[in-house]
Amino acid sequence: MASRMFPSRDDRIQPAEAPPVALTIDGQRVSGLRGQTIAGVLLASGRLSWRTTSAGATPRGVFCGIGVCFDCIVTVNGDRDVRACQRRADDGDVILTQYDDLPGHDDQPQHDELTRRDELPGAAS
Amino acid sequence: MTPDVVIIGAGIIGAACARSLVRAGLRVTVLDRNAAASGTSASGEGNLLVSDKGPGEELRLAQYASSLWPDTVAELRRELGADFPSLEYERKGGLVVATTPAGRDPLLAFAESQRGAGVDARVLTVKQALRLEPDLNPAITAAIHYPEDAQVQPVAATEALLASARLGGADVRVGVTVTGGIRAADGALVGVRTSAGDFSAGAVLNAAGPWSGEVSRSLDASLPVRPRRGVVLVTTRMPHRIFHKVYDADYVGAVGSGEAELQTSSVVESTAAGTVLIGSSREQVGFDNRLRVSVLEELAVKALRLFPFLAGASVMRSYGGFRPYMPDHLPVIGPDHRVPGLWHATGHEGAGIGLSLATAELIAAQLTGGVPAVDPASFLLTRPSLAALVPEVA
Amino acid sequence: MTGVLVIGAGPAGLAAARAALRAGASVTLLDSSDQLGGQYWRHLPDSRAGVREDRLHHGWDRFRALQDELLEHPGCEVVPSAQVWAIERLDEGLVVHVHVGPPDGNRRPSRELTPDAIVIATGAYDRTLPFPGWDLPGVFSAGAAQALAKGERVAVGGRVVVAGAGPFLLPVAASLAQTGARVLGVYEASRPRALARGWLPRPWRLLGATSKFGELASYALSHVRHRIPYRVGHAVIAAHGTDRVEQVTVARLDARWAPIPGTERRIDADAVCVSHGFTPRIELAIAAGCDIRPDRFVRVDDRQHTSVPGVFAAGEITGIGGVDAALAEGAIAGHGAAGGGADDPAVRRDLARRATFTDFAARIEAAHGIRPGWTGWLRPDTLVCRCEEVPYGRLRETGRATCSTSLRSLKLSTRAGLGICQGRVCGRTVEDLLGRESPGGLLDGTSTDRRPIASPVRIGELAAAHGRHTSAATDAARHQHQ
Ligand SMILES: Cc1cc2nc3c(=O)[nH]c(=O)nc-3n(C[C@H](O)[C@H](O)[C@H](O)COP(=O)(O)OP(=O)(O)OC[C@H]3O[C@@H](n4cnc5c(N)ncnc54)[C@H](O)[C@@H]3O)c2cc1C
Ligand SMILES: Cc1cc2nc3c(=O)[nH]c(=O)nc-3n(C[C@H](O)[C@H](O)[C@H](O)COP(=O)(O)OP(=O)(O)OC[C@H]3O[C@@H](n4cnc5c(N)ncnc54)[C@H](O)[C@@H]3O)c2cc1C
Ligand code: FES
Repeated sequence: MASRMFPSRDDRIQPAEAPPVALTIDGQRVSGLRGQTIAGVLLASGRLSWRTTSAGATPRGVFCGIGVCFDCIVTVNGDRDVRACQRRADDGDVILTQYDDLPGHDDQPQHDELTRRDELPGAAS
Repeated sequence: MTPDVVIIGAGIIGAACARSLVRAGLRVTVLDRNAAASGTSASGEGNLLVSDKGPGEELRLAQYASSLWPDTVAELRRELGADFPSLEYERKGGLVVATTPAGRDPLLAFAESQRGAGVDARVLTVKQALRLEPDLNPAITAAIHYPEDAQVQPVAATEALLASARLGGADVRVGVTVTGGIRAADGALVGVRTSAGDFSAGAVLNAAGPWSGEVSRSLDASLPVRPRRGVVLVTTRMPHRIFHKVYDADYVGAVGSGEAELQTSSVVESTAAGTVLIGSSREQVGFDNRLRVSVLEELAVKALRLFPFLAGASVMRSYGGFRPYMPDHLPVIGPDHRVPGLWHATGHEGAGIGLSLATAELIAAQLTGGVPAVDPASFLLTRPSLAALVPEVA
Repeated sequence: MTGVLVIGAGPAGLAAARAALRAGASVTLLDSSDQLGGQYWRHLPDSRAGVREDRLHHGWDRFRALQDELLEHPGCEVVPSAQVWAIERLDEGLVVHVHVGPPDGNRRPSRELTPDAIVIATGAYDRTLPFPGWDLPGVFSAGAAQALAKGERVAVGGRVVVAGAGPFLLPVAASLAQTGARVLGVYEASRPRALARGWLPRPWRLLGATSKFGELASYALSHVRHRIPYRVGHAVIAAHGTDRVEQVTVARLDARWAPIPGTERRIDADAVCVSHGFTPRIELAIAAGCDIRPDRFVRVDDRQHTSVPGVFAAGEITGIGGVDAALAEGAIAGHGAAGGGADDPAVRRDLARRATFTDFAARIEAAHGIRPGWTGWLRPDTLVCRCEEVPYGRLRETGRATCSTSLRSLKLSTRAGLGICQGRVCGRTVEDLLGRESPGGLLDGTSTDRRPIASPVRIGELAAAHGRHTSAATDAARHQHQ
C-alpha cells in the first residue's frame, strides 16, 4: 500500500462532495477533487515522487508538506518551481516534472576557447 | 620569531599576498578580525575580466593577472589535493552587448581601443552573438566577444591561496583585530597592536579591503578607501541556457563612474550549480547592508533587457558586499611613502578577485627587491590622481 | 485610527487581529495560505468542507468564532494567498512587500504596506535531523503527515512509522490513524529519565500542559483505540529502499542519542514521519531588525513587543508553547499593537493565561531537546543538505581541508544551505556539524536564519514593480546617503 486518500464515505469528518478536476503530469491524466493541492492529487493517485534531483538523479516528492523544503516543486502551466504542496490543482493544469541537470564546468581553459573559436569563423580578432 | 611581514586581512588580497610572500621566502603572519574569507571576498562574484577595462595601467594589471590564473589554479590543485573544494576556474568568455542604438558606437570604439592594447575583443554580428547565446534579446545593437574573460569561485580561491600559504609556513590568526601600530624611535612601523596582543614585524601590509581606510587611519596614515555597495541576485537552479558572462555595455560606464547614486548594469551568467547570477549594483551608502527592493527591481529590469526569458525565473536570494573603492578607480599596491614599514594592497573595488594574483606578485617583487612584471608606479600613493586626496603628512 | 498589520493567520495571528480590532485599530491580516487557521487549524478546503471538522480539531469552535468575527468586522481586511516576501527597513519606517496570488505564481500583483504597527506571527515548521535514507520518497517530516491528513485527508502511507522527539509526535500519530493509516509505532528519542525531568513520567500527560482536557483526552483515547506502540529511547536511524521507503531500521539510543550497537531492528514500512522539534520562521523578524535571542527565538518583552518600535511578535516564533500559548501571546501582541494599555482589563486574562506557559519551552527542551550523539547514525554519504545534495562526509572534509571558521565560506565551498529552500531544512544542522569541526566555533557571526528574500520572487514580477513604487519614501532613502 502507499499514500492514498481516505475514502470520504468512511470518514468521520464527512467531507463534502467536491467537483472533480483533471490535470496531466508529463502527459498522463490524473484526476482529483477541487480544493486538493497538486501534491494531494498526486499522492492520492499513489504517486510518491515526481522530481528528479540534479546531482544524484534520485526521486523526490513531498517532504515537509507545508511549503518549506521545496522538494515537491513542479512546473505548472509553464511556471517553474511551483511547490506542489502549496498550489491547489486547477482543472486542466499541465504539470511537468523537473529534472535540472547540472551544467558541467572544468578547469581546462583552452578547451572551451578553442571550440568557441571554431564556432566563429567570421569573428574578427 | 618576528615575521618579516604581518598582513592585515584574510580576504583574497591578503591570502594571495601571503602565498606570494611565502613563496618568495619571507615569514608571514596573517591577521583577520573575523574568519578568513568572510568579508568582501565572500560577498561578490568571481569574474576575472579584461573586458571591462579600457587601455591603461589597470588593464595591464588585469592582463598580467589573467596570465597567472591558469597555472596558479593547477599548482593549487597539486598542492592541496582533490579533497579541497574546486576553484571552479573557467575561461568561459564574456559577451558584452549594447542594448540601445546610442550604445552601439561607444561600445565598438571601446573594443577597438582595447584591441590596440592587446585584448582579444571580437566584434560579432547579432546573428553570431545569438549563436553564442541563443536566448539573448535579438534587439541588441552590438556585441563583442572576449574569450579571455574567466571566473573563479572567490571563496574557494581565497581559502586555497590561504591554505597554500599555510603549507608554506604562513601563520594565519583569525579573530584578531588590529587596533593600532607600533612605531620605532625613527617613526617606522614595526608591528601592530591587536586584540590578541602586539605583533612585531619587519613590515605591515594593509589588505583590509573596504575597511583599509579605517585600518590605515589606526596606523596614522589616512587612505581614501570607501565602501561601494553591490548587490547580486541569485535565481533558483534552472536548465542551462546562459553560456557566457553577458554584460550590458553600460557596465563599462558604471565601473568608471564615481557617482554616489545607485547604478546598476547587468552582468548575467550561470554558475556551476545551475543558478543564474544577476549583478550588480553600485551605490555609496557607507556600510549600510539593508535590503533595498528598488535595487532588486532595477537589476531585474536590466537582466530582462539581456535575457527576456528570465521573466519567469525565480530569485531565491540576494546578497551583497562592499567593494573597496578608491576615488581614482585604481588600487593601491605598494609602500606608503609617508610611513616607513607600512604597505598597502587594497582599493581594488569590483576587480579584487581578478587582480589578486597580480597584486600579490607586485607586492612580493617590491618587498624583496625583485623586478615587478608590471610597472608599479601607477599604483603607488604618490600617483598624480591622488595628489589632492592623500595628505603628505601621515 | 492605528493601522495594524498582522502577518500570519495561525492561532497567534488570529488572536492578535481580534485583540487589535477590539482595541479600536483597523487591521490587515495576511497569510500566504488561502485559508485561515495556520498549522494547528489546518482543515479541508471550502470545496470539500467537512461537516464534522471538529472531530479532527481541538478547539474547532473557537477557531470558527475567531474566523467569523474577523471576516465580518468592518475594520478588518483579511488577505489570503498573500505572501510577504520582504520587509524593507527604510529610515522612515518599515515597508512590507507582499505578492497576492497563487503560491509561486507568476505575474502576481504586488502590494507594499506601511502600517503603524506590525504583529509578526509566522509560526514554525518541524526540524528533521538527517539520517541515512531520509531523502527517499516516503520519508516525510511529521508535519507533512499532519498537514496532509488535516488539509487533504491523505494518508502518507499504509504502514507508517512515526519517530523523532517531542510531544508533537502524538497528534501526528493520532491524525494518521484517523486517516486510515496503520501506525506501526511512535519512537521517541528521549529516554525516560530526560522525559521525567521535563514532564511527568507518562509522556502524554505533557499534553495536559497545553490544555487540561481536550487534547489530552483525545490523543490518549485515540492511542488506546488504535493501539499504537509508543517507545522511548528509540530512533529511526535509517530508511531503506531503492526508489521509495520499504523498510526502516530502528535502534535504541543512549542518553546522548547515540545509537546503541546491536539493538538495530528492521521494520517493513511504506512511510516514515520524522520530527525532532521545531524551527521558528524568524526571517521576517530578522528583516524587520528584531533582536533574536541566543536560543534563536524572537526577543519580546512582556507586552510581546520586539526590540523594534511598533513591531510585535507572537506564537511559535517567540518560543515553542503550543496553541494556547500562541492564542494568549497573540491577544497580548494585538492589543499592544493597537496601542492598548497594560492595565486594560481586556488583556488581563491573556496575561494570566500566558503565565501558565512560561516554562513550557524549557520543559520541552529538557525533555526532548536534540542531544549531540545523534551524529552517530550519520554515514559519510548521508545527505545533510537535501537541495544541493551535500553529504555529511563532504561537509566534514571541506571543514578540515580549508580550516575555515567562516560559515559563509563553508556554505559557499560546500554549497550546503545554498539551494532553493535556502537552508530552511538543513541550516541549523549544517551550523551544528560545521561548528563541531572548528573548535573555536564559527567566527563570522552570520546565521542561516537570515533570508532577506523570504520567498522566491519571479524576475518579471520584480521588473513589473520597478518605478511603480519609487515612492517618495524609497527615493528619500536612496538619496539620503549621498
Ligand atoms: C557585489 C560584488 C560583486 C563583485 N564582483 C567581483 C567580480 O566579479 N570580480 C572581481 O574581481 N571582484 C569582484 N568584486 C570585488 C571583490 O570582491 C573585492 O575587490 C575583493 O574581494 C577585495 O578583497 P580584499 O581581500 O581586499 O577584501 P576583503 O575580502 O573584504 O578582506 C578584508 C579583510 O580584512 C579584515 N579586516 C578588516 N579590518 C580589520 C582589522 N582591523 N583587523 C584585522 N582584520 C581586519 C576583514 O575581516 C576582511 O576579512 C565584487 C564585489 C562585490 C561587493
Ligand atoms: C505542519 C504542522 C502541524 C502542526 N500540527 C499541530 C497539531 O496538530 N497540534 C498541535 O498542538 N500543534 C501542532 N503544530 C504546532 C503548531 O505550530 C502550533 O501549535 C500553532 O499552530 C502555532 O501557532 P502560530 O500562530 O504561532 O503559528 P502557525 O500556526 O504556524 O501560523 C503561522 C502562519 O503564518 C503564515 N506565514 C508564515 N510566513 C509567512 C509569510 N512570509 N507571508 C505570509 N504568511 C506567512 C503561515 O502560512 C501560517 O499560516 C503543528 C506545526 C506544524 C509545523
Ligand atoms: S513538500 Fe516541502 S515544500 Fe512542498
